[in-house]
Amino acid sequence: MTSPLFDFLLRQGDNTLVLGHRVSEWCGVSPVLEEDIALANTALDMIGQTQMWLGYAGEVEGKGRTADNLAYLREAWDFRNLLLLERPNDDFGVTMMRQFLFDAFHVLILKALESSSDTRIAEIAAKSLKEATYHLERSRETVIGLGDGTAESNAKMQAALDLLWPYVGEMFVADDVDAAMVKEAIAPDPSTLREAWDAIVLPSLSEATLTVPEGDFTHKGGKNGTRHSEHLGHMLAQMQILPRSYPDASW
Amino acid sequence: MNSDKNTNTDVSKRDEWPLWEVFIRGQHGMSHRHVGSLHAADEEAAILNARDVYTRRNEGVSIWVVEARHIAASSPSKKGPLYEPSNSKVYRHPTFFDIPDDVGAM
Repeated sequence: MTSPLFDFLLRQGDNTLVLGHRVSEWCGVSPVLEEDIALANTALDMIGQTQMWLGYAGEVEGKGRTADNLAYLREAWDFRNLLLLERPNDDFGVTMMRQFLFDAFHVLILKALESSSDTRIAEIAAKSLKEATYHLERSRETVIGLGDGTAESNAKMQAALDLLWPYVGEMFVADDVDAAMVKEAIAPDPSTLREAWDAIVLPSLSEATLTVPEGDFTHKGGKNGTRHSEHLGHMLAQMQILPRSYPDASW
Repeated sequence: MNSDKNTNTDVSKRDEWPLWEVFIRGQHGMSHRHVGSLHAADEEAAILNARDVYTRRNEGVSIWVVEARHIAASSPSKKGPLYEPSNSKVYRHPTFFDIPDDVGAM
């Protein structure tokens, strides 16, 4: 049994690590140069946040594992990221929709964590929030621009929303780890963030002339590690091969 | 005349994003300087793109963008008549004055 705080920190760090890596997969193959640079910036921001979260997680665990050890030497079932974030990039529309749905959540949880009783967490959140706020501005504008764009871009964004909507609910499902964090005033109950998330996301989707799918079914099992999708293993194989093939390599 | 598709003023007929010129005022800069150009769908997107392309290393505190087609430029072929007459008028250059140090940047 690991400590709830360690699990909580893994969740934050794995969210930014997995999404950061996914976004970095666009490097060099984005639709236009400007987006390529912007996506690379976003990916780098998230990898930077990962270093802070997983670095602290390693300290809390107390077994001498570094952020790199946690990122590169764990198996898929050890990861605690949301299922939404390990979804493949698919097309640019899916990538930006996934980013927008997460950015809105990310900004809200970071805002709450700024007043965490754990000062390290509050500091990491304050630093990350500035970056996440920019990510949200950019992904929101892109979702609106493409949704309310041509017939083709609208159809692609609607398909992206339909594809990803069943992964939204997991962001707001609270479990024992969350309860332990609430008890010590370290982090908010994620279910309390849904209303504010709706207030950000729903008007934007409406502005993007997109229809929110019906139903509240949600895929679960990412943040507790019990049911990662097949996509995560493939992603980790690529992400981890270098440090696993050449342990302690440096350049 | 320029037949570039991007200069088409009918937005619905463009098949590429328009070109924007980017001006950035740096940390200690007194004025915005031209840093380059980029493509973007509209002015908000142009500012976001400029932020990502030109201020990655903390270069700027203020960004201006202007669509390239709105810039009127002098013609290189008129270089002589436009600029050469001032070559012989050295008295127009304020190089004969000693500027006191405490005046600062001018």
